[in-house]
Amino acid sequence: MQGPTPEEIEILALSLRVAAVSVACSLPFAVFVAFGLARASFPGKTLVDAIVHLPLVLPPVVVGFALLVLFGRHGPLGSLLDRWFGIVIAFRWTGAAVASALMGFPLMVRAIRLSIEVIDRRLEIAARTLGGSPTWVFASVTLPLALPGIVTGTLLSFARGLGEFGATITFVSNIPGETQTLPLAIYTYTQVPGGDAQALRLSVIAVVVSTAALAASEWLTRRATRAHGDDRR
Amino acid sequence: MIDVDIDERLGAFRLEVAFKADAPIVGLFGRSGAGKTSVVNAIAGIGRPSRGSIRINGDVLFDAAAGIDLPPERRRVGYVFQDALLFPHLDVRSNLLYGQRLRAPGERFIEESRVVALLGLEPFLHRRPRTLSGGEKQRVAIGRALLAQPRILLMDEPLAALDVPRKVEILDYIERLRDELAIPIVYVSHSVTEIARLADTVVVLSDGRCVAVGDVDEVMGRTDLRPATGRYEAGSLVEARVAAHDREYELTTLVFDGGALHVPQLDAAVGERVRARIRARDVALATERPAAISVLNVLEGRVASVRDAPGPVADVQVAVGAATINARVTRRSLRELRIQRGQPIFALVKAVSFDERSLGYTRGGSA
Repeated sequence: MQGPTPEEIEILALSLRVAAVSVACSLPFAVFVAFGLARASFPGKTLVDAIVHLPLVLPPVVVGFALLVLFGRHGPLGSLLDRWFGIVIAFRWTGAAVASALMGFPLMVRAIRLSIEVIDRRLEIAARTLGGSPTWVFASVTLPLALPGIVTGTLLSFARGLGEFGATITFVSNIPGETQTLPLAIYTYTQVPGGDAQALRLSVIAVVVSTAALAASEWLTRRATRAHGDDRR
Repeated sequence: MIDVDIDERLGAFRLEVAFKADAPIVGLFGRSGAGKTSVVNAIAGIGRPSRGSIRINGDVLFDAAAGIDLPPERRRVGYVFQDALLFPHLDVRSNLLYGQRLRAPGERFIEESRVVALLGLEPFLHRRPRTLSGGEKQRVAIGRALLAQPRILLMDEPLAALDVPRKVEILDYIERLRDELAIPIVYVSHSVTEIARLADTVVVLSDGRCVAVGDVDEVMGRTDLRPATGRYEAGSLVEARVAAHDREYELTTLVFDGGALHVPQLDAAVGERVRARIRARDVALATERPAAISVLNVLEGRVASVRDAPGPVADVQVAVGAATINARVTRRSLRELRIQRGQPIFALVKAVSFDERSLGYTRGGSA
């Protein structure tokens, strides 16, 4: 089997870019939501929790369709974005990133929330008595202690983004070079006669990339956990 | 000067505490559940009293009527928790400097090098908290609180999680920082030995109320506080000075107003002040001077009071010079020896009944 063709590299690069941008943009929101769900008590918390988890249980096509209705060029939010900022995300790779961010969001929030919930809150109280403002204590104690969850959540969401299919194809369609990520390209090849060999090659690439992401997640999590633990350096 | 006057409701528990104390170490004493931790939490700004005020050296930290409630980070109160609570993601040195870095250079009066030397932290500055023993963790926690440049240090049962040798070690360190840094300390404990050794003024709490405030000798000697302090722990305190060391037998002689006490050898210079605690049950009484007896300490005094309640034991207070020594004997002995108020008596204390935890140094203390 020969090495990847330029076309395959382009597909892979697009997939990685979509997944990376989606993770980078959703991380701050995920930390905020996870912190709120772990710590705050407010009316409607159960509802917020349910909405965050919705992409996990809804058919991805439904999420994609909802995005299309809202962010399409004539949708209520899409038309506003277009008019005010000249931003169009429907049928663009940025739209693919939004779809993948939304689908990975519950995974990210869950992992971060779990790691915030196990933090001994008295550590934060101790930090306050030492002179730390709430914001500083969050940045210097809470966030570093939640790091294993943040790393896990980020990589889970990244892997989920690489594999995202239903919401993406519904929202931004299947445009080669713009929105055709790995899963979409594989699907395309399975739909044309004689495309099986190509589909197989792309599948192998998908397996390799996903395995690498998982291994990286394991390694980073272990490193982050070790930083809290014993003294091996 | 610590001036606390607060009401706070914590679930079904009501805290109604008012006291003023001015001493190098103020002991907050009471059984578990008496409200000790709630009081130090209120001073630190954790929790929210419904009424009253908290002042340290005249500075208002909390005043419900005036609407003042400084957040913990602006109170400059060092808090040492029972279980150290070191930051697990930082090494020892970063833990130590956490608070110091948040203070403006002009507010720093305790230096890192001084704290490191005082608490012997040099060997593990670059280790992670998880690799430290309980006693080492607690020393780091004390250092961390000190470097946050506090106006007062709160210590909530800092020895509770430690074994006996570590307790003695930390007690020594606490005495050193009291003598060298001159930061007032509020020391919370349910242990009479710790309070008697360290505290100058004692605040006794019971069921969320302050039942007594006063000099440690006076308060700990009071028999009417037994329900709050616990009956088995009755004893008395003697402020003494080191008079001589007996190298051969490894004994130290202490002198106090009522005579001399022989105790196991102390690591203290002649002339140093020492506070000795004598448990009431370690004191025997004799109506005439016993001869041929192994007990080294025979103190001549006068019966100041007799508490002869129903039950097997009776408490006798013996005035020895200006000191008062409490003795616990059986009611039967009291009858058979016909011990009565005002009569001359000999109090017998075995030298070996003193241990490291019952002997404290009060170098430059207010005794």
